[in-house]
Amino acid sequence: MTDMADGPQAAVAGRTAPIRVVLAKLGLDGHDRGLKVVARMLRDAGMEVIYLGLRQTTDTVIAAVEQEDADVIGLSMHNAGHLALAPRIVKAVSDAGLDVPVVIGGIVPEADVSALKEMGISAVLHPGASAVAVGEAVREAVRGSLGDQPVHD
Amino acid sequence: MTEPGDLLERAIAGERRALGRLLSLVEQGGEAADEIAEMVHDRTPGEAPVIGVTGAPGTGKSTLVGHLVKEMAGTGGQPAVLAVDPSSPLTGGAILGDRIRMDGVAGGRAFIRSMATRGHAGGLALAVPAALRLFEACGYGPLVVETVGVGQVEVDVTRTADTTVVMVAPGMGDAVQANKSGLLEVADVLVVNKADRPGADDTRRDLEHMLDLGRITGLAQDWRPEIIMTTATTGTGADQVHQAIQTHRAHLAETAQLEARRQASIHQEVLDRVTQHLGTKASQYLSTQPAALTEALEGHSTPAATAAKISKRLLSNQPPS
Ligand code: B12
Ligand SMILES: Nc1nc2c(ncn2[C@@H]2O[C@H](COP(=O)(O)OP(=O)(O)O)[C@@H](O)[C@H]2O)c(=O)[nH]1
Ligand SMILES: [Mg+2]
Repeated sequence: MTDMADGPQAAVAGRTAPIRVVLAKLGLDGHDRGLKVVARMLRDAGMEVIYLGLRQTTDTVIAAVEQEDADVIGLSMHNAGHLALAPRIVKAVSDAGLDVPVVIGGIVPEADVSALKEMGISAVLHPGASAVAVGEAVREAVRGSLGDQPVHD
Repeated sequence: MTEPGDLLERAIAGERRALGRLLSLVEQGGEAADEIAEMVHDRTPGEAPVIGVTGAPGTGKSTLVGHLVKEMAGTGGQPAVLAVDPSSPLTGGAILGDRIRMDGVAGGRAFIRSMATRGHAGGLALAVPAALRLFEACGYGPLVVETVGVGQVEVDVTRTADTTVVMVAPGMGDAVQANKSGLLEVADVLVVNKADRPGADDTRRDLEHMLDLGRITGLAQDWRPEIIMTTATTGTGADQVHQAIQTHRAHLAETAQLEARRQASIHQEVLDRVTQHLGTKASQYLSTQPAALTEALEGHSTPAATAAKISKRLLSNQPPS
């Protein structure tokens, strides 16, 4: 519809607007360098990043997703709290009646990845993840969630 | 697929997610947006105050808006904010960071929606008033629009506002810069933020001088913008800004200018829409490579003559040849 809005990078099949992603860190975890890097990577991949930054709660994340009509949640975790936080955010998403995938990055041991996926996390990224890998993971998560419900015409 | 009518019902009932979705539809424009506009029309008396806040990047707009919406919520309002930030012209992506500053202060007391310009001047000018009406239909007011006061487009958006707050800060984005960029012309309230920083008093003095000497063109004859010093990080002065906004609105109402402003803004919106409509028609027509275009491409006629010929044809609604 618009020239730049549906740039090839942002697009996934069946939608015309850029992907909107909410980026946050939950709780007491001051490592926001990675999140800032990811924000730029996603912007450069043509996405609209609603940057919430540090010290967010599941409530502020959900409020942002609802008000901003975000397609995906990206969380950055460095405080070894991922196994406790992941199920909380997944539950908060479903309690709010939302169908929004969650992608995680940061310090997450490889051994925890399958447990996280089982909890409903769409993708887990690790230190050193490239811009391409980060963009593709987010896009893939959105594509996956659109698969079962074509919300965007 | 959820229909706009259903979404609107849910949004009016207070469901944030439904309003969020509607705002996306409005932002994308097209048929769904027109349908929503139609449904919303009877529910928008246009009584919700609309406040524009603009100024150079980093002057402290979002932080101050956080305090303003807190004031508004504290005095019985149900504020909503539209925070507009530029899209990257290269990738179309954007980092929308207003929300974090606002909400950090306002703590969930306002419905905040971030909007990227999407490299599409016309689209933004149409989406902003449409989104504001949607907010009002869902019971929100006052409505605040934050824009970056750099480009003409962003300044134009302030035309939708009843009251425009122009923000400057000492150093970068100061009074002189703001005047050069035409920002001060749209000011109803002037804010010198970062009053905790050296140079804030100089900035204030510069502004006073410009007002005294009539150096700021375009200002209303019967209204001298008040200059308010603020420190948005602590909230100092935010109550005065809130007060000044209300004083300005009362002035508009008393002098029958409120209605005039609203009409001017509708006039502009209609013009924007007609322009967009005709522009779309024109580019569709040109993409069919009509003979008239080929003439110009091959140098047999000037671009001007070709444009005149094609415009005439399009406006008289003749079938494309
Ligand atoms: C820099 C740093 C700090 C800085 C943080 C500065 C800042 N503002 O971010 C400071 C000095 C403040 C700090 C403090 C602490 N740190 Co520290 N810190 C690091 C360090 C060295 C680098 C982190 C970093 O910035 N990497 C660069 C970014 C770009 O990479 P990234 O975050 O991994 O992000 C990439 C990917 O993971 C992925 N990604 C990340 N998030 C997301 C999100 C999404 C949605 C997606 C798609 C992708 C994605 O994409 C990014 C790009 O590739 C790491 C060690 C390490 N090698 O990681 C320790 C580390 C994270 N810190 C650690 C610790 C323990 C601490 C402290 C508790 C105490 C201490 N020992 O210093 C404090 C706590 C501070 C606090 N309040 O939380 C531990 C964490 C251990 C754990 N979780 O099991 C680490 C791993 C060091 C270690 N080996 O022990 N730290
Ligand atoms: N020193 C000082 N910093 C401020 C003040 N107001 C805002 N800031 C800081 O200026 C930066 C930009 O603020 P923000 O509200 O995002 O500005 P915006 O770009 O105009 O919306 C942030 O780091 C704020 O913390 C102020 O009154 N004094
Ligand atoms: Mg801002």
